[in-house]
Amino acid sequence: MRGRRIRFNLVNLFLWLLGGGLLAFAAFGSFLTLVEGRIQPSQWQSLVIAGIALGSVYALIALGYTLVYGILFMINFAHGEVFMWGAFTAFFAATALNDAGLMVSNPVLAFFLVLATSMLVSMLVAIMLERIAYRPLRGAPRLVPLITAIGASLFLQYTARGFYGSGVRAYPDYTLFDGTISIGFLSLSVKQAVVILAAVGLMLALYVFINRTRTGRAMRAVSEDKDVAAMMGINVDRIIVTTFAIGGLLAGAAGILYTLIFNQVLFFMGFLPGIKAFTAAVLGGIGNVIGAALGGLILGVVEQLGPNLFLSGYGVPSPNQLKDVIAFSVLVLVLIFRPSGLLGRKENT
Amino acid sequence: MQKYMRWSGMLVVLMLILAACQSGDGGSSSEPSAGESDPPASQGGGGAADCDADEFGCIELAEGDPIVIGTALVLTGANETLGLDSQYGAQVANELRPEIAGHEVEFNFQDDGCSTEGGTAAARALVSEENIAGVIGTSCSSAGIPAAEILSAEGIMLVSASNTAPSLTAPDTHEAFYARTAHNDSIQGAAMAQFVCEVLGLTTAATIDDGSAYADQLAAVFAAEFPSQCDGSITAEEAVTVGQTDFTGVLENIAADSPEFLYFPIFVAEGALITQQARETSGLDDTALGGADGILTPDWIAAAGSAANGTYLSGPDLAFSGDFYADEFLPAYTDVSGESEPISVFHAHAFDAYNMLADAIEAAAFTDGGTTYIPRSALRDAFFATSGYEGITGTLTCDENGDCADAKISVSEVQDGDFVRIWPEE
Amino acid sequence: MSTLLRRALMMGLFGGIAGVHVSLVGIVNTFQTRDLIADIVTIGSVLPMLIAIMVGWLAGSTPKHIPRPSGSTTLVHGAMAGGVVGVVLAALALLVDSVSLTWILVNARPQLANILYFEQGPGLGSVILIAGGVLLGVAGAGLHLLPRTIARALAISGVVTIIAALMEPFVGAVLRNVELRAIEGFLYQSGGLTVQGFILVFVLIAAGIYGWAKRGDRAKARVAAMPPDRRRAGKLIAYGVLFAILLILPQIVGQRLSEVVGTVGIYILLGLGLNIVVGFAGLLDLGYVAFFAVGAYTTALLTSPASPVLNPELPFWGALPFVIMAAALVGLAVGAPVLRLRGDYLAIVTLGFGEIAREIFKSAWAQPVTGGAQGILSVPEPLPFTRDPQSIYYPILFFCIIAAIAATRLAASRVGRAWNAMREDESVAEATGINTVKYKLLAFSLGAAFGCLSGAFFGTKIGVVFPDSFNILVSINALALIVLGGMGNIAGVMVGALVLVGLPELLREFAEYRLLIYGVVLVVMMILRPEGLLPSRSRRVELHDVSDEDDDDMYTDEAGIDTGRPVVST
Repeated sequence: MRGRRIRFNLVNLFLWLLGGGLLAFAAFGSFLTLVEGRIQPSQWQSLVIAGIALGSVYALIALGYTLVYGILFMINFAHGEVFMWGAFTAFFAATALNDAGLMVSNPVLAFFLVLATSMLVSMLVAIMLERIAYRPLRGAPRLVPLITAIGASLFLQYTARGFYGSGVRAYPDYTLFDGTISIGFLSLSVKQAVVILAAVGLMLALYVFINRTRTGRAMRAVSEDKDVAAMMGINVDRIIVTTFAIGGLLAGAAGILYTLIFNQVLFFMGFLPGIKAFTAAVLGGIGNVIGAALGGLILGVVEQLGPNLFLSGYGVPSPNQLKDVIAFSVLVLVLIFRPSGLLGRKENT
Repeated sequence: MQKYMRWSGMLVVLMLILAACQSGDGGSSSEPSAGESDPPASQGGGGAADCDADEFGCIELAEGDPIVIGTALVLTGANETLGLDSQYGAQVANELRPEIAGHEVEFNFQDDGCSTEGGTAAARALVSEENIAGVIGTSCSSAGIPAAEILSAEGIMLVSASNTAPSLTAPDTHEAFYARTAHNDSIQGAAMAQFVCEVLGLTTAATIDDGSAYADQLAAVFAAEFPSQCDGSITAEEAVTVGQTDFTGVLENIAADSPEFLYFPIFVAEGALITQQARETSGLDDTALGGADGILTPDWIAAAGSAANGTYLSGPDLAFSGDFYADEFLPAYTDVSGESEPISVFHAHAFDAYNMLADAIEAAAFTDGGTTYIPRSALRDAFFATSGYEGITGTLTCDENGDCADAKISVSEVQDGDFVRIWPEE
Repeated sequence: MSTLLRRALMMGLFGGIAGVHVSLVGIVNTFQTRDLIADIVTIGSVLPMLIAIMVGWLAGSTPKHIPRPSGSTTLVHGAMAGGVVGVVLAALALLVDSVSLTWILVNARPQLANILYFEQGPGLGSVILIAGGVLLGVAGAGLHLLPRTIARALAISGVVTIIAALMEPFVGAVLRNVELRAIEGFLYQSGGLTVQGFILVFVLIAAGIYGWAKRGDRAKARVAAMPPDRRRAGKLIAYGVLFAILLILPQIVGQRLSEVVGTVGIYILLGLGLNIVVGFAGLLDLGYVAFFAVGAYTTALLTSPASPVLNPELPFWGALPFVIMAAALVGLAVGAPVLRLRGDYLAIVTLGFGEIAREIFKSAWAQPVTGGAQGILSVPEPLPFTRDPQSIYYPILFFCIIAAIAATRLAASRVGRAWNAMREDESVAEATGINTVKYKLLAFSLGAAFGCLSGAFFGTKIGVVFPDSFNILVSINALALIVLGGMGNIAGVMVGALVLVGLPELLREFAEYRLLIYGVVLVVMMILRPEGLLPSRSRRVELHDVSDEDDDDMYTDEAGIDTGRPVVST
């Protein structure tokens, strides 16, 4: 008994040392970088804005993870692929609209058509995913649906590769969103502003939906207790499908916002944003809608600032190569110090 | 627990014993390089060479047997156009010269996967083919490194049409049976540095590579050459990763020193994003952008859109002299491939590689009682003795490390969505 | 409309969708270059047919609660289902032929329509397609009317024959290698089976399977009736023969296949290690490639003259103990932070670790040590064995055997039981006095040791170590093979590695769709047979013993699995 306690403490000690060491490393690195003063304040500012824009996209994807986890307690590992399918399919809509001249003659309508395509496709993919891959496995041991999800993710990815080809495809320019705006000392591109506003709008809509509508209430009930919810006359299956559908809609929107910033689609594009968004969901406390938004923003900003802020002070060559390392280290740190995430409930871990 | 301890204990003991045995009988002998022990040159053709005397033996072809030429090119994945283009080049050469030394040529196509493992697998597959006379490949330098080693150990020539990494033909890492008709990137990087200095007149530059063997070495050559060419200075040598989409951090970091030129010799996807995002980075407003043959394709212009305009790209000079290329090669290429125009830039190099290999085979081969014998070392020597060969890509002469290219590098500028060759002046 | 008919039509529709998927993903086009019967039928055009047969078979089957209809009804259902497949595919061909869709779907080329039409043009082609679908649907449904053993023999031998045709380059090479050119000439011709070869293979395999089904039970019974010592002797002899075959295998199969066998061996080692972590201890590690990478890099650093670390270099075998020690340490370092995480969190965090490892090995920051993107060249050979596939096979074989024995013993040991308990329910295991921290760390470091060993051989076999060889796909690959073979089962790992690593290595046509196929394998296995092809016994019982609230259909209609077996307490 005694031996075991000591062991436990040893592990904890190791973890605290590791976490503390990483934090101290980052803090000292930031100090060195700022003292050096090579990077101008205006540059830090644009990094933060880029981080917020990227973080908004992560947040939208993260909501899909969080909603599903809140209800089924499973990680929909294939959610990144849902995002990719929306963006990729909408590429063809965008190209067709561009060829038809609608992008020039009525850019607003064209944008919304592309957005609608993406959201619709993502929603369908998410629903099919639930129906085919996950529903037969409800109640199975936890590892089983997770492995299925990995399989579904591979399947969706390589189906896209087979259907649409393995190369990169470039979106037509939305000339609608060219230019920059300045608010006081802040200056950001119109695209970034659109991305941030759209993400905030969608998140507000989701918040209202969950808290103010009947379906939203049913979703909350199901996430509390499926059996009791079923006894209260809630159609649990339908609520689960709805949850996947909402996650899909948000991922589809995220896909279009993502291509607004980065302009290109690739069959593999869902992988990293998917994992990052999951990290964001965990960071904010999985199952928590506001947490997902917060986690996305933090992760986006850390990822953009991190390499330059923490590492360049030490003279690390090509620090930006290591930005995913920083993003994942954040995940590990959070799980060491606060396993339930920033806003998560304790019992969720 | 105890049981497990016993087992792991046994494992460790076993390994220690093995280790001890091993260090007992010889220990760390480094790879003997075949390049240092060149057999005496036996210029074949007359029939004097003896197969037994040849370290690697002979290729023996009975009358009517086909002669097998292997290829190890990338045929699948994101870089497949690179490999297919070279393959078409070799096939065109084959159309025009279907027989070597009186034997019909048969191809054995393998995929190098543009990776180390792919290169290994392809080379092993080709080694197991009986009577293989030579291999055209690989497409990617990372595949070329192991493939050269495997094939050289068996005495099989590997001639690459598109490997450009300097290490493949560096004196201490060159494999004896490896040669290439593609330019060495130490030339391309230097040419770009010269162009930036002399033509653009810029003195500060930053580089970005994507961690691939190709980009890393090319960026390093540029960074080494640029300061010496014109008193210039390199402000930053950054690296990104393949698959990355957001380059704000890298670009802001580079912008902190506001270089006049930004060189990113990488591939299409990341190249297009960097082009676009650099144009939107406020600190890089006046910075000229440049890349290399990795993005010298219409795909990249399509992906980068209007941001591509004004970018300088280096690459092999395809303004070939002579009418042969336009009048005979291109129509044959269309016949073979079904593509209206070449899909990448190394088809001509593959064409030359095929013909040089064919010449070397014919120089080394001799016939005895209807059977054709081709001593492998003699074949190698004949190939490395190639001098003043008039190919599509220029006048090729091989040096002792396998660099055969008549490296002509040109720089194009993107103007209104098209490549326009601007340097050197014709 | 009767339920069964509706079901048949649905099956047909799903089959049609599957056919469209297979066509548009490019599989049909790819296999068009390979002949099933030389110059007569290509494998590409047979694929849609196979779907029709399968759909017919499914449409002819009856769920448990519905009484089996008459024979003719079954055939009609099969015909309907097959016909629907034919119609869907004909519609696809028509669409591809008449509308240019290549800018969206890269494989929707006229060539595809041409294959689907059997190169007979739209009119005759679509008639053949639909009629063929109907006929094959009938054939598929007809399998239900035959005695079970015969139907089984026919189905299996059909699949085997197609594989035999696909394997032409390799079977041919083996036959040439053992100087049986006459047989090769009889069976194969220009990349496919000959007509007589096709018939011979099909009939032989079918007869073999049928014979085994008839007599096999008796043979099994006879073995079971043997006194224990004789049975043990028989087992020993069997193992001896197997071992002897393994010893001479490289000489039989030749260089090219030995290369493949070596790769399979490396993945077996990898799978055995991952199996400890995932299968035994139930910790889903998606960053297993990190250990593989650490193994390869440690070996390269200690042994390669091209690395700046350690001069003079160690020989390969001298480095191996250090590699394993490094592995155990890395296992602890990875294990410690994730100790408190449950299943799915653990999966993602370890996945993050895998990515971190690769990015760091690759970064310019680590370049002075790891060579960055350039990797480390000239990793020496494991002398006295060389890099030649027929030689390096032996050390790999040796370590596979050692690892398999070690894993078997571990599973049966106290440690294995503790893992088992932990996997079932961590809290309960903790409550019964199992030190979960200790056993989790143990699982991680042992798994890491196997992974590193595998990585060490990977490095020495290829001779160069590049960071991009260590991407997430290696982890997925290893996971897929243990899932296919059966989690927690040693023999399963081997079967999984043979099927998932061996086959794609042999068939470049497959290699391109490898990950797509992995995806399907993972999903289908989890839904239909979560215990894998060769399940470990306890696993099977546990996965099919449903006492959960909702009665899942996935567990109930599984044929052939005896859930009535007494629960074995391991």
